[in-house]
Amino acid sequence: MQTEVDERTAAEHGLTAEEYQRITDRIGRVPTLTELGILSVMWSEHCSYKSSRLHLKKLPTRGERILVGPGENAGIVDIGGGWAAAFKIESHNHPSYIEPFQGAATGVGGILRDIFTMGARPVAVLDALRFGPPDDPENGPVNRRIIRGVVEGIAHYGNCIGVPTIGGECSFDPCFSANPLVNVFALGVFRQDSIFLGSAKGLGNPVIYVGAKTGRDGIQGASMASAEFDEDSEAKRPNVQVGDPFLEKLLLEACLEAMRTGAILGIQDMGAAGLTCSTAEMGGRGGVGIEIELDRVPQRESGMTPYEIMLSESQERMLLVAERGREGEVLAVFRKWGLDAVEIGTVTADRLLRVKHGGSVVAELDTGFLSDDAPLYDRPHSEPRRTAPLDGPVLSEPSAAELLAGIEALLASPELNSKRWIWEQYDHQVRTNTTAGPGADAAVIRIKEANVSLAMSLDGNSRYCALDPRLGTQLIVAECCRNLATVGATPIAATNNLNFGNPEKPEIMAQLVESIEGMAEACRHFGTPITGGNVSLYNETLGEGIDPAPVLGIVGMLEHMAAPIGPCFTQAGDLVVLLGGLLPDCRGEELPRRFGSSQYAKTLLGQTWGLPPSLDLEHEASVHEATRSIVRQNLAHSAHDVGSGGLAVALAECCFGPEPIGATIEFDTDQPLLCAMFHECPSRVLLSLPRANIGEVVAIAASLHVPLVELGHTGGSTLAFRLNSTTRVEAPVAQLRRIWESSFEASLEAQ
Amino acid sequence: MKFGVIIFPGSNCDHDALYALTHNLGQQATEIWHESEELGDADAIFVPGGFSYGDYLRCGAIARFSPVIRSLRRFADSGGLVIGVCNGFQILCEAGLLDGALIRNQDLRFVCRTVDLVPGTLDSAFTSACQPDRPLRIPVAHGEGCFFADEATLDRIEAEDRVAFRYSGNNPNGSSRNIAGVLSEGRNVLGMMPHPERACDGAVGSTDGIAVFRSMIAAAENGLRHAD
Repeated sequence: MQTEVDERTAAEHGLTAEEYQRITDRIGRVPTLTELGILSVMWSEHCSYKSSRLHLKKLPTRGERILVGPGENAGIVDIGGGWAAAFKIESHNHPSYIEPFQGAATGVGGILRDIFTMGARPVAVLDALRFGPPDDPENGPVNRRIIRGVVEGIAHYGNCIGVPTIGGECSFDPCFSANPLVNVFALGVFRQDSIFLGSAKGLGNPVIYVGAKTGRDGIQGASMASAEFDEDSEAKRPNVQVGDPFLEKLLLEACLEAMRTGAILGIQDMGAAGLTCSTAEMGGRGGVGIEIELDRVPQRESGMTPYEIMLSESQERMLLVAERGREGEVLAVFRKWGLDAVEIGTVTADRLLRVKHGGSVVAELDTGFLSDDAPLYDRPHSEPRRTAPLDGPVLSEPSAAELLAGIEALLASPELNSKRWIWEQYDHQVRTNTTAGPGADAAVIRIKEANVSLAMSLDGNSRYCALDPRLGTQLIVAECCRNLATVGATPIAATNNLNFGNPEKPEIMAQLVESIEGMAEACRHFGTPITGGNVSLYNETLGEGIDPAPVLGIVGMLEHMAAPIGPCFTQAGDLVVLLGGLLPDCRGEELPRRFGSSQYAKTLLGQTWGLPPSLDLEHEASVHEATRSIVRQNLAHSAHDVGSGGLAVALAECCFGPEPIGATIEFDTDQPLLCAMFHECPSRVLLSLPRANIGEVVAIAASLHVPLVELGHTGGSTLAFRLNSTTRVEAPVAQLRRIWESSFEASLEAQ
Repeated sequence: MKFGVIIFPGSNCDHDALYALTHNLGQQATEIWHESEELGDADAIFVPGGFSYGDYLRCGAIARFSPVIRSLRRFADSGGLVIGVCNGFQILCEAGLLDGALIRNQDLRFVCRTVDLVPGTLDSAFTSACQPDRPLRIPVAHGEGCFFADEATLDRIEAEDRVAFRYSGNNPNGSSRNIAGVLSEGRNVLGMMPHPERACDGAVGSTDGIAVFRSMIAAAENGLRHAD
């Protein structure tokens, strides 16, 4: 049965008339349906980056520690002693809306395969999640179902495969109600001399398929991820793949063991666009052709067409090229682990991806044409979309009761309350490397083999990016690096996940471009090249796009394996010190406008306006340097970044250690009290330290020209603020903590 | 002392056990593949946590049919020390080496946190180095760790002093009578949900798990002395 292919069929596959024309011109004939399917996924936004590629080139990608940059399955950095780390972030946004549990679970599975396909053993997962508010009056029930499903899906997959989920972040806004974001970061460790690339080589070498059988799940998933949602999205449910973490665990162990035979020359996982993408990319990278015989592909269902086999996104599958004559050694390992491993084709000289089925050729396309010659668009971009006003309500001086209510409301908000309910469902300790887990500013694992530790921070902030995507993205990079500094780590490299709406709209495209350019500048400044990542566009439902949501994952290094200090106070009688100054970013008239981007404005005043906090990159870097220096010399007992919710919330969080400890804070300010308490200007770190160390800490700050303010001391059972010689707030820590700890679960149980 | 760590398809705490036993406790430890018909020269067996066979059908229900279980049973019957942790506990219950069963956590969610344990008895090869008045801080990480048995069995376990550990304060899974670990009738097989192998290294948290392995090492040394 052969469907007639024409412009209309092409349009149904998401290809434009021009793209279809480009295909017929190039191959000189009408493509077969299988070829059309292959081209439609390879040229989808998801696989080809056709809207973003032009701008991604602006990002810094080189650095002294970078061993492998963008373009491979994951980036690789040198962590010393002959060891390397591979890491990357990937989104599974669209599937997680359609089927939260499986969508999120396979998101974890997919990124883990990207790591172990390079030969690295995955040792850490973090995730950045965006949901609609659980207590949303209209969409609450759906949002709660999605939250529960996504968390359970991540837990199911990560826990079973035995890779700890050690951190991440989670944020809420109504714009994510019909378009949740699930971005999963994974990191793996291996020897620098055993890096495997996704490249086919050696004419006549066998092409081997391993892992799960191919079924009809996930067909056209990459195309789905490249279109907006509409009323028919419910009907796309069968497009979501189903994951089997047990099978992936076997695949992980078998692949790492098979790699040790030395008989594997290239290997790539079958992720988006399955067999199509893996064959085309391995051939393209190696500058060779690949010929495969679909009848040999292990299949879960009978009667699958070549189109279905090529486009299936069944999970837990890998494609590898072995050395001819030694394939037996590879196959034996997979047999030991009870996995299918079948030679399905060979490497050829003609640079063609040739697909045979039932004895005849059903597709024959140039591998370079499929990947390197994919369309590249310089999409028009105007001013970034923005709906918020520049000026907001006049801020009145708050009463003592209003200040306390503000602190409590922020601690109770989904944005800032404790996410223990989420992270206790993740095994964050397996592999016994986690020296700083969930709840810390940065997650840290020790690398036993290399005698170092790696710190990781994942951050995003669409509240800022909606107001100014360029500055918003720079603030994200700064916060990630600041988080790393609080544990004493030096940032070395980054990965990014660009979640945006429809790039065909100039004001959305402008958000993407501004964000990338801002990221490029900040990453250059902090010495964190981007080693790869993911672009997720068309995050729109019924024409309503998400706020721009770039997510950064930055990796830092520590030259030891000891547990770092945490964010919380550890003992009474310590000094509380603010590095970076009280409100360094802006004074006077500009402040109310910058305050409009704060979580206080959003939660308490019900709107955002104005601009994100301003950022001085030089000053920010000096604060990081001072923090690192103080932490590394063991001068502080705790270090915590001041982020969403400002100083008041950061100080409350400092009190919420395993043994709650209060504090008395006292300072004078000529700025509005709301701003002093809740403004989110960057470049600030809260430290607690023994009085005896204050001299050394002051000297370090002074040597780097970093302002330092002594705020008060720890101790007692309350958190008290004395501002301009008047006690404004004094709240029992136990009461604040109860609000902070219980609110998230309570919001999930709301009716 | 030489520990054998059994590896099933889907075990994922095997590396942690091997690391803790060798690096933190300075003992010998070897891997035993689940298809192995024998246990080699191991003095004690560690059945690690994870998701053997994906926990399909029921946790531990498929692993109990692995070839290695036959020799494990012989080893246990002859008095050899066997410790099963988490999925290892589930497997030992399924294999009939321990009483009771592990069912879904009461709140139906996976839970990973550090809990307080009190030894139910000091009269065992796994708890002799514990202190009666000092709780052990040891992590749990499981979705199906609620220990369950009928009342008569629970009464018998308690009457025979076979509760190795109980949760103190916060019971993370709703287990019957706060039981976190039980001993076999011969007292030489222990199953427990908390992970002592995750609590042997100060850099990643508590070191209270060491007491469990120190007890085993002491028991083995006493056993050897008796044999002499």
